[in-house]
Amino acid sequence: MGMTMAEKVLARASGRDAVTPGAYVTAKADRVMAHEAFTICALKLLKLGIESVFDPERVLVILDHYFPAPTEQMARGHALARELSERFAIRHFLGHAGICHQVLTERGHILPGQLVFGSDSHSTTYGALGAAGNGIGLTEMTYVLATGELWLRVPPTIRFELDGELQPGVMSKDVMLYLTGAFGTDVAQYRAIEYAGEAAERMTIASRMTLANMGAELGAKFAFFAADERTREYLAPRVGGDVPRFGPDADARYEAVHRVHVGGLEPQIACPSNPGNVKPVSEVRGVRVHQAFLGSCTNARLEDLAVAARILRGRAVCDRTRLIVTPASHQVYLDATRAGYTEILLEAGAHITASGCGACPGGHNGVVGPGEVCLSSTNRNFRGRMGSPEADIYLASPASVAAAAVAGEIVDPREFWGSP
Amino acid sequence: MSTRVRGRVWRFGDDVDTDAMAPWNTISLPFEERRRHVLQIRPEFARDVKPGDVIVAGRNWGCGSSREHAPENLKRLGVGGVVAESFGRIYFRNGIAMAFPQLACPGIHAACAEGDDLEFDVRSGRVVNHTRGTELEAPPYTDQMLAILEAGGLLEVLQRRRAAAGATGRA
Repeated sequence: MGMTMAEKVLARASGRDAVTPGAYVTAKADRVMAHEAFTICALKLLKLGIESVFDPERVLVILDHYFPAPTEQMARGHALARELSERFAIRHFLGHAGICHQVLTERGHILPGQLVFGSDSHSTTYGALGAAGNGIGLTEMTYVLATGELWLRVPPTIRFELDGELQPGVMSKDVMLYLTGAFGTDVAQYRAIEYAGEAAERMTIASRMTLANMGAELGAKFAFFAADERTREYLAPRVGGDVPRFGPDADARYEAVHRVHVGGLEPQIACPSNPGNVKPVSEVRGVRVHQAFLGSCTNARLEDLAVAARILRGRAVCDRTRLIVTPASHQVYLDATRAGYTEILLEAGAHITASGCGACPGGHNGVVGPGEVCLSSTNRNFRGRMGSPEADIYLASPASVAAAAVAGEIVDPREFWGSP
Repeated sequence: MSTRVRGRVWRFGDDVDTDAMAPWNTISLPFEERRRHVLQIRPEFARDVKPGDVIVAGRNWGCGSSREHAPENLKRLGVGGVVAESFGRIYFRNGIAMAFPQLACPGIHAACAEGDDLEFDVRSGRVVNHTRGTELEAPPYTDQMLAILEAGGLLEVLQRRRAAAGATGRA
């Protein structure tokens, strides 16, 4: 019997020929990513008398949630992370390179078919390259750092077949929000997702990352795209070698297959205060926006900044709205500058911050106040997520965020797609 | 530790997220300072919850972040355990890793009212509402999940594993 991508990864990682959904396995990690949580995990290990990790070559440590440190307490934590990563001889300390998922992906640390544990719920992002990215908490991360393995239940897989071609000004984020709205934020709970179909095949790796990332908002354990020719083109120069193809068997069994036509899709907006509370933009337009935020591991890559620049070129951010742009990585920031996007954004009135998680979890660089409305390219709009519990957060594509920054209210970005 | 929990019910709805249980700007604070911020969707909860009380919730309890402070805050407030229609998966695993008993039990939300006397056992999956004299069956924990819970958490398992292998500085 054929296997899904999740089943293939877990069979290999647990040393079996085959696994079926519902089985419990102990699986070995190919990569382990820890962000600021590393400090606490490493201290727990030392307290247990454990002074090395299972394999320092496979562990990556990144400081992104509070970079650059906004408080002295965070600065102490970062300093400790640096010291502890030296003490544990961590091979890859990518302290200040940007948001973890973007950095691991763009630097070629993730390969198709790998099992990756990350101390972050959006570790599903690695599925854009055909890897099984799995978010865990810090106790489990401590255990994985020590042993390199973790128990997992083999999940059933649901497949989204994305048919058709997106209209100009409609992005993979709109597809994602349509899915959370139409299928609910627990449709993939305890399950794996495979995104497939012609629209998925046409998507860039950056666009795929948005859908894999927010697989977490569907409840998923993993969220895959098959690793195809696009994946190979993306990874080959980054890994300097062969890139394996990886996909499901043709006769793999799915718990459900959902066919979704994306051709007629209009931009989607997730309204307060749940990623599943989604409406087409035509039903939400006119809501005043005080902060437009373009950032996060969901949507702040080069193509997202390019879309924002396209919309903001020759236009100005509304006087009563602030536009904050936080590139997904330092490399993205550099690439966007070389491409001329940052100048366009700055000229329009955007504020560009250092790369990191920034305002997305309400840490710094764009915390919202009571009564404020934020339109955000991020992944979660839970009450209080970005600061005050009395603020309203709406989620949207980078195009919708840029257009709202100009209009000062939620608008259809397709009206801003052409030159002013 | 015991796999059986009995206590007075606090009843919550669907999609209660980890930000509600542990707001980001509080997670670096000492517990005594962050306790009053827990589940502010019901401001009386953090003030009035008693050791041993039980939470009954709807679907997707603990959706969202991997932050472990979410189940940790509940455990440190003295909550005995949670029975929900379903859980956010990372939150649920975090609960097991810190030996906090939680059970996914379809039908529980309609079968309980605020203040009911509820008992559940993650070993058998049996859930008894003593106030109403009703019972539900939920999928019980696997042996592996029970072993982690009964050891007192995943780090205890790690320590034992290490002791068994002869402490070498590695696990």
